[in-house]
Amino acid sequence: MFSKILIANRGEIACRVIKTARRMGIATVAVYSDADRDALHVAMADEAVHIGPAPAAQSYLDAEKIIAAAKQTGAQAIHPGYGFLSERASFAAALKDAGLVFIGPNPGAIEAMGDKIESKKAAAAAGVSTVPGYLGVIEDAAHAARIADEIGYPVMIKASAGGGGKGMRIAHSRDEVQEGFDRARSEAKSSFGDDRVFVEKFIVQPRHIEIQVLGDKHGNVIHLGERECSIQRRNQKVVEEAPSPLLDEETRALMGAQAVALAKAVNYDSAGTVEFVAGQDKSFYFLEMNTRLQVEHPVTELITGIDLVEQMIRVAAGEALPVTQADVKLSGWAVESRVYAEDPYRGFLPSIGRLTRYRPPAEGVNDAITVRNDTGVYEGGEISLFYDPMIAKLITHAPTRAAAIEAQADALDAFAIDGIQHNIPFLSALMTHERWRAGRLSTGFIAEEYPDGFHATAPSAAFARTLAAVAAVIDNVGNSRKRKISGQLAGRPVVFEHQRVVRLGDLTLACEVDRAAGGFIVSFLDEAGRPVSTHELRSGWQPGEPVWNGVFDEEAVAVQVRPRLNGVALAHRGIAVEALVYTRREAELAALMPVKQQAGSGKHLLCPMPGLVVSIAVSAGQEVKAGETLAVVEAMKMENVLRAERDATVAKIHAKAGDSLAVDAVILDFA
Amino acid sequence: MKPILDELEQRRAGARAGGGEKRVAAQHKRGKLTARERLELLLDTGSFEEFDTFVQHRCTDFGMDKAEKIPGDGVVTGWGTVNGRKVFVFAKDFTVFGGSLSEAHAAKITKIQDMALKVRAPIIGLFDAGGARIQEGVAALGGYGEVFKRNVTASGVIPQISVIMGPCAGGDVYSPAMTDFIFMVRDTSYMFVTGPEVVKTVTNESVTAEELGGAKVHTTKSSVADGAFENDVECLLQMRRLIDFLPACNRSGVPVWPSFDDGERLDPSLDTLVPDNPNKPYDMKELIAKVADEGDFFEIQQGFAKNILTGFGRVEGRTVGFVANQPMVLAGVLDADASRKAARFVRFCDAFEIPIVTFVDVPGFLPGTAQEYGGLIKHGAKLLFAYSQATVPLVTVITRKAFGGAYDVMASKHIGGDVNYAWPTAQIAVMGAKGAVEIIFRADIDDPEKIAARTKEYEQRFLSPFVAAERGYIDEVITPRATRKRIARALAMLASKKIEAPMKKHDNLPL
Repeated sequence: MFSKILIANRGEIACRVIKTARRMGIATVAVYSDADRDALHVAMADEAVHIGPAPAAQSYLDAEKIIAAAKQTGAQAIHPGYGFLSERASFAAALKDAGLVFIGPNPGAIEAMGDKIESKKAAAAAGVSTVPGYLGVIEDAAHAARIADEIGYPVMIKASAGGGGKGMRIAHSRDEVQEGFDRARSEAKSSFGDDRVFVEKFIVQPRHIEIQVLGDKHGNVIHLGERECSIQRRNQKVVEEAPSPLLDEETRALMGAQAVALAKAVNYDSAGTVEFVAGQDKSFYFLEMNTRLQVEHPVTELITGIDLVEQMIRVAAGEALPVTQADVKLSGWAVESRVYAEDPYRGFLPSIGRLTRYRPPAEGVNDAITVRNDTGVYEGGEISLFYDPMIAKLITHAPTRAAAIEAQADALDAFAIDGIQHNIPFLSALMTHERWRAGRLSTGFIAEEYPDGFHATAPSAAFARTLAAVAAVIDNVGNSRKRKISGQLAGRPVVFEHQRVVRLGDLTLACEVDRAAGGFIVSFLDEAGRPVSTHELRSGWQPGEPVWNGVFDEEAVAVQVRPRLNGVALAHRGIAVEALVYTRREAELAALMPVKQQAGSGKHLLCPMPGLVVSIAVSAGQEVKAGETLAVVEAMKMENVLRAERDATVAKIHAKAGDSLAVDAVILDFA
Repeated sequence: MKPILDELEQRRAGARAGGGEKRVAAQHKRGKLTARERLELLLDTGSFEEFDTFVQHRCTDFGMDKAEKIPGDGVVTGWGTVNGRKVFVFAKDFTVFGGSLSEAHAAKITKIQDMALKVRAPIIGLFDAGGARIQEGVAALGGYGEVFKRNVTASGVIPQISVIMGPCAGGDVYSPAMTDFIFMVRDTSYMFVTGPEVVKTVTNESVTAEELGGAKVHTTKSSVADGAFENDVECLLQMRRLIDFLPACNRSGVPVWPSFDDGERLDPSLDTLVPDNPNKPYDMKELIAKVADEGDFFEIQQGFAKNILTGFGRVEGRTVGFVANQPMVLAGVLDADASRKAARFVRFCDAFEIPIVTFVDVPGFLPGTAQEYGGLIKHGAKLLFAYSQATVPLVTVITRKAFGGAYDVMASKHIGGDVNYAWPTAQIAVMGAKGAVEIIFRADIDDPEKIAARTKEYEQRFLSPFVAAERGYIDEVITPRATRKRIARALAMLASKKIEAPMKKHDNLPL
């Protein structure tokens, strides 16, 4: 076994590998770029080597520097993580030449699976099911129809030279093939100057299902079941789970056997993944093989109890697999959410900056529920623009799918992140989505269910009570302290009214709040002041904490709470709403207040001082949120970030980077 | 007895009706509440004790003797409690004679001004009025004078807060101007000495009331107001929050309540607050939020001179004033506006025995003709004067730059800082390395290699906290994560601070 390994990666995966190595008693070496000087993986590793500037091409992708770092520190093997150099056969080969061990498959296997067409051929040769189609030249419409009849409908007619959707047609019948073929051909001709078209089976509502395989250098290959990763946004996986709600034992065994056959065919000797596209009818077809550890590997680890990183290290060191296929038992269900630094309310635009708050939910096993958070960041760390905007992978495991989803939703609610925009509101809304819960998935899920993007939802009537009760209890905690302020009139204790009116977004709920042993009793009242429902709340929450963790009528609830002027902003399960808690009289008077439109005062962004425009961060027509960066102006040799004072739309931009501006010069106009 | 009691109730009901249903409805329609409704929001439920409910004007000119006399005469006065602490209040009633000030109206205000001073409790005035009652002429002017004089007598003894919730023009503006804080309500309040009509007549300038003296103008341009809120309810509830921070008077000490936040709390994220690149800004508000109890910060003059932050927070349940350079805006430079803003805040804290915590990241004073012509020397001196004069506990933490004269100004050891800490990222020097080297080594200016070497040398020697620490100008170099703990301990130690200043009539602040 190795005594020291180097991890040629950054972020959560570097931290993840370090954790396992440490458990195995192996010393670790991290590498880092200028942008990662203060990164978590650097702090976690036993040693760290600086390998260059921030751009990956000059640091994490520079094989020579990484090999030099390994030599310098005496590391015997290198784990590449995922991305970066993980699937470069040349890197694996270079390590071999340098006398280092690559913790991954042999270069031959990487090469064989690296080419899309070659890998498909190899898969077909190994008896792996591939998408039925005809790759030869199709003579005419009649020929096309004959081929389509053989493949089965629907089929896709596609320009051989094409890309994107151009020249692509879907045909559901023989007639449609004949009709579509000529059109596809002429479109192909006009678009690409090449009229060749091919016909392939079209998979309706496809799902992404992949098989984890594991091989050693002794010819053993096993599979560890499947993962389903159909929840994707623009081909980027967002939520993954294992097992797949689609598969039955038989299909699983079939897919597993094919994946193992392919792995064996290329002498695969590490952890790898065979990706399939699956139809709703459980038909499945080979897509490609990833010759590395996948981002979503933890879901497999949680249902199999096998540490994939450990096995990769062991097989790289020449050990044989400790388990046979028969030993692999899938138990329970695991769900993973990828927490990204992106703004779900604005088309998932990436968001960078400082994590002023980063409080993940508690990890561990509790009541047969496992919560695991694989992360590479920490509170006070920076999300930089140079790398992947992933903040963390939150994984939950439970005996059933429903319980794993519920645990995931709870964990997301308890995950507090401030300083940047993140997709937790979207992820937690997703966890409550009927179709996701029912497991009726397809890779088009997000596009179909959120055609106009994601918007925060208003709470249901029942749930509004939960949120209103939490707001009322928060108000009560604050008021109880106010009663203890010094300097009060002697002998006259301050008494607050028990009756409160909660303005929750557009809803108004009257309630009475009383302290009870160990908690609060909140009774909602009808117009006549009679209680209509009574609830018990318990929580150790104190002012300043970002998450209200407590119990509402015996059910655990986590609500994100952030102070607002005279109130609190609440978020839970993708619901976001502001609550104001009033006395009855305050509520009456508040109802008299005018509803103001977000007036566009401040029509221009003016240069606050004489200075040089470093950059303009927005473009004409762009909608910006209050606090968002509009431009950066340098003055006094310091960069000044100019931010939007309120939500607005940029109408016209007057300045550009490099302009020297006088004070009060107009930088841009708002609509 | 019964009929007599009935008559009292009847008279009270008459007074409470203010200007009558119609005028009250009009007031609501404008998005404003009545004087009594406002007091209900400001004070603890049922705590208001009204004075002079039945006062009426005694004017007989211009038919005023024949006109309807409304008890209260356009202002509601009295006292009540905010979270159990007594405060005095007066609220102009726009529904009665437009809230205009008569002799009797002024007398009601001065009565409670006197009372507030006598019992050493804050006074809060709610303004929504049309100025002097013209019919009374000089009697009204006399009334203003009486109010003004009392504002000044009480200044520095009891907190005085003015809330502008409607028109406030002419003579009405000077009483607020002499109080400690002015807050406004957006879109429904404005303040000016002369209104748009007069402006048009005299200068031919066309301007709306909002453009001339709305909340936006006074919170961002003139700095007359210390803050603005969306509506009456939001504003008055925030005034309750502000009062929780303020002492009852200059000798009472700050209010204390139990803190939910551990004074010993470490915050590792502060270790990475200052970016590696010395020219990259960071948000000083994060430091304040992570040092103050529960992140609670009541900012004063949020919209004006944003290159310096001022406001109230608490440490271990006790009020402190925070003053901090804001690197996010103008690199945190001190200019005339920032100096004035901070100077006034420091003097308020000092007057009312509120300890001051100062966070320093200042590249110097802002150069340029606009600043010099604008009297930067005098305005900068105000802040220097304010800190030098302060006798309250002063705890200072230099996070990054403390360059030139601005280093001295920002509550340095030399001008009275009690406990002065620096983060390891601090750079305490006369100026940045490049500028310094270009002056000291002018002869080498054409040799970029030599200059670079000199710059490096200068950086290593001076751009650290250690030269200052070697001289004792810095008491200790602290880890950023321990900032709250260090400040909490320093404030606890300084609680008994006593300084005897030499007897003087008063100082001569560079106004």
